[in-house]
Amino acid sequence: MSSNPQQSASGDSELINASIAQLRQRLESGELRATELASTFAARIEAIDPRLNSLISRVDPVGSADADGRLAGIPFVHKDIFCAHGTRTTCGSRMLADWVAPYDATVHDKLSRSGAVLLGKANMDEFAMGSSNENSYFGAVANPWDEKAVPGGSSGGSAAAVAARLVPFATGTDTGGSIRQPAAFCGVTGIKPTYGRVSRFGMIAYASSFDQGGVLAKSAADCAEVLGEMAGFDPHDSTSVNRPVPDYYTTLDDSIAGLRVGVPKQWFSEALDPAVGDAVQAAIDELRAAGAEPVEIDLPDADLALAAYYLLAPAEASSNLSRFDGVRFGYRCEDPKDLQDLYERTRSEGFGAEVKRRILVGTYALSAGYYDAFYLRAQKARRLVAEHFDRAFEQCDVIAGPVTPTTAFDRGAHSSDPAKMYLEDIFTIPVNLAGLPGMSVPAGFVDGRPVGLQLIGRHFDEARLLNVAHQYQQRVDWHERMPSIAVDSSNQ
Amino acid sequence: MSQYAIPSGWETVIGLEIHAQLATRSKIFSGASPAFGAEPNAQACAVDLGLPGVLPVLNEGAIRMAALFGLAIDAQVAPVSSFDRKNYFYPDLPKGYQTTQLARPIVIGGAVTITTGEGKQAQEHTVRVTRAHLEEDAGKSLHEDFHGMTGIDLNRAGTPLVEIVSEPDMRSPEQAVAYARKIHAIVQYLGICDGNMQEGSFRVDANVSVRPVGDEAFGTRTEVKNVNSFRFLQRAIEFEIERQVDLLESGGEVVQATRLYDPDRDETRLMRTKEEADDYRYFPDPDLLPVVLDQATIDIWRKELPELPDAKAERYQSSFGLSAYDAGVLTSSRATAEYFEAVIAHSGIDPKLAANWVMGEVAALLNRLELEIADCPVDPDKLAALLERVGDGTLSNKLGREVFEALAEEGGSVDAIIEARGLKQISDTGAIEAMVDEVIEANPGQVEAYRGGKDKLFGFFVGQVMKAAKGKANPKAVNDVLKRRLDGE
Repeated sequence: MSSNPQQSASGDSELINASIAQLRQRLESGELRATELASTFAARIEAIDPRLNSLISRVDPVGSADADGRLAGIPFVHKDIFCAHGTRTTCGSRMLADWVAPYDATVHDKLSRSGAVLLGKANMDEFAMGSSNENSYFGAVANPWDEKAVPGGSSGGSAAAVAARLVPFATGTDTGGSIRQPAAFCGVTGIKPTYGRVSRFGMIAYASSFDQGGVLAKSAADCAEVLGEMAGFDPHDSTSVNRPVPDYYTTLDDSIAGLRVGVPKQWFSEALDPAVGDAVQAAIDELRAAGAEPVEIDLPDADLALAAYYLLAPAEASSNLSRFDGVRFGYRCEDPKDLQDLYERTRSEGFGAEVKRRILVGTYALSAGYYDAFYLRAQKARRLVAEHFDRAFEQCDVIAGPVTPTTAFDRGAHSSDPAKMYLEDIFTIPVNLAGLPGMSVPAGFVDGRPVGLQLIGRHFDEARLLNVAHQYQQRVDWHERMPSIAVDSSNQ
Repeated sequence: MSQYAIPSGWETVIGLEIHAQLATRSKIFSGASPAFGAEPNAQACAVDLGLPGVLPVLNEGAIRMAALFGLAIDAQVAPVSSFDRKNYFYPDLPKGYQTTQLARPIVIGGAVTITTGEGKQAQEHTVRVTRAHLEEDAGKSLHEDFHGMTGIDLNRAGTPLVEIVSEPDMRSPEQAVAYARKIHAIVQYLGICDGNMQEGSFRVDANVSVRPVGDEAFGTRTEVKNVNSFRFLQRAIEFEIERQVDLLESGGEVVQATRLYDPDRDETRLMRTKEEADDYRYFPDPDLLPVVLDQATIDIWRKELPELPDAKAERYQSSFGLSAYDAGVLTSSRATAEYFEAVIAHSGIDPKLAANWVMGEVAALLNRLELEIADCPVDPDKLAALLERVGDGTLSNKLGREVFEALAEEGGSVDAIIEARGLKQISDTGAIEAMVDEVIEANPGQVEAYRGGKDKLFGFFVGQVMKAAKGKANPKAVNDVLKRRLDGE
């Protein structure tokens, strides 16, 4: 895709580090053409991604020439869970390895109308089930900061692509931490909005009552720009909320003086890597320096939340994934003997191990005789977790804490022990249970691997989260650091 | 209706599950049309196909229609109802689950009154409705024409249904049919279902069990499916009662199962037993919000209710003096009532006369031609014109029937047919007296015998006069004149 052979294959470092606002300004002034910008990033993808495997498909840039939306000419990639008409949309699964979406997700429609230019579909854990991106039919993704490490998941490809500066932003989805955890592992900024803020139409379902689309970008300011374009009521999604979308960008510079920042005392326990805890504490101190007032809060039962999530999400998934039966679309086994054989082999061969594990768990949890003990009790736990947050927000305006117990772990480290892998999500899952907005903001490094600061807000308080994150990013430069894979390439 | 007698010493207990397809313009969760008869899969959109990423959006028209049904049977329309997923794999079930209402249906309770038997044998009976809930229909598997393969047509997938579940309140096939007919009438009066049983718009499943008379406990029941006419419903239940009684009397046991009625063989066949039934793993559908209805909305819908069959039948009795039976027959379907009312809307038509004709000639004609009343070749205006001529004595009932046949076969106007065929009734007393005198003169022997006490010969004279008049003489006038001449002189 080198439409401009003069351009260096990796682009100039100023361009790849520019904020969306700066890119827009250069495009509007005529100094930069949209096609040039797209080619620059396409060339970077070409040059760098073979080492990362962050994309499943590349997409030829279309449109954008006469678009005048806020994101006109800004390149991006979708997590490969979003349908974009005419693009292969795999959800990281063999089941959909050759499936071309015949319609647009609402998120894609909105971003396209805003002028954003799709360059590819990002790798992900199969059907968004995983915390390491190792569950992809299209192979694992390397963490740009350390290729031995996982990028996190399930939006691992999105996080890696943004970290390596392959695109200014990427979409992601977060069911139990799938935006925030990879953002933390890859040192990028990610926001999971309130459940219902972003339409789920055209976003392949994992666990419908948790799934929420969001954005990963270099900074809170860029997240604010993109989220404003993605969010909003959608008549095609009954669970989307009909409520105006504020211009998140205009409140970024508000002072956070006097803002009460709740710090959950239970989250700073032995489960948390001390070095990660120190980095998060330093970030909270930075918020204090900006005028915020940290207050200790009580947020118990994170383990309960984890258990509830790993019953409810698989229960919903077991039903959502029933449509992959080899009858109408997607993978179909060779020469089925009869209907039962078609079902069994199509699903055995088409789904990976983790997906099958969750379908089995979910099927069991919904079975006659177990429903009350598992599904209903988990729903009660879910309400309890939400009540804990309600109570916490009586004492504070935002909550700050770690995103993950550790930094990115090595590939293969947890693959033999799913329960250990599930513990990765202990700080992110409660937020999904309560449907609250959450962010991950780069907050330093431990042994060269990024640490994320998690910010959690009240329902529909995305503007406040972005404001706090932006104010933090005015005082630190963690989010501006680039992994060597991005830098080396630009110096080629 | 055939008179079926339950084997002596036994009692049957019947409950019905009725699926009525709602007459919405689009499907329950998508914008596709649910109209019958399109090319396979021509009316299946991304949502109906269950493509990855699609989401359902509830059709508000379906909610209103289900609520109207609830109001019509005096049920509670739930202020909050919600949707659940019923999970099972089947090729014509695109999502691998059916979206339905299990835990919180939109209609709770209610009852209808049914009547079985006629005249002095007529019996009223109340059948309670347990619940009625909204759900989506599945597609169709087409096993023919594909040489060892199965074709899938998803046009019907996502068609809105209201499933109406009765209490086990019926004790005979006749009651079950009367109940099904009453529900059929109500949904048609409400305009929420076209009621077409052949096309599957109105489907009835019967839960049937038997027990020795006097027993309190229910017997083991079977569910009979695939019943697509009221006649088949009667037959299927009769067959099932006989089958179960035979089993029990020969020391066997009834197995709880779903059975299919085969109208060609007039029997039910085992489809699956309870042990083979799926565990449907119901849970609340997370893609749909609960349906919340405020009282104001429900009150507005209540005002939209049309006059329903029972109220109409009452009015026919009190305003027109019709018998309960006649009023019941005329109101048994919305189309029949509309036809009848269109006839008597013409001034001077006697409602009783109109009722007799609608239930007699019109019903017989439709039966013969296998037509619905809406397609009756003699429209209500023409029948009214005909009844006007009967009412004013221009036509006898017999001549009226002849004109009716002509209308049905050739069309045209009533008066033109009377004119063209010379069917005008002779009521002129002078002309009739002349014919009577001729007959008396020609048959002196019979006159003598009659006068000697052989009263039965009176009919002979009537016949002779009518013959002379080529059937066109006013029978009452003939009678009067004959009596005067034979008895009076």
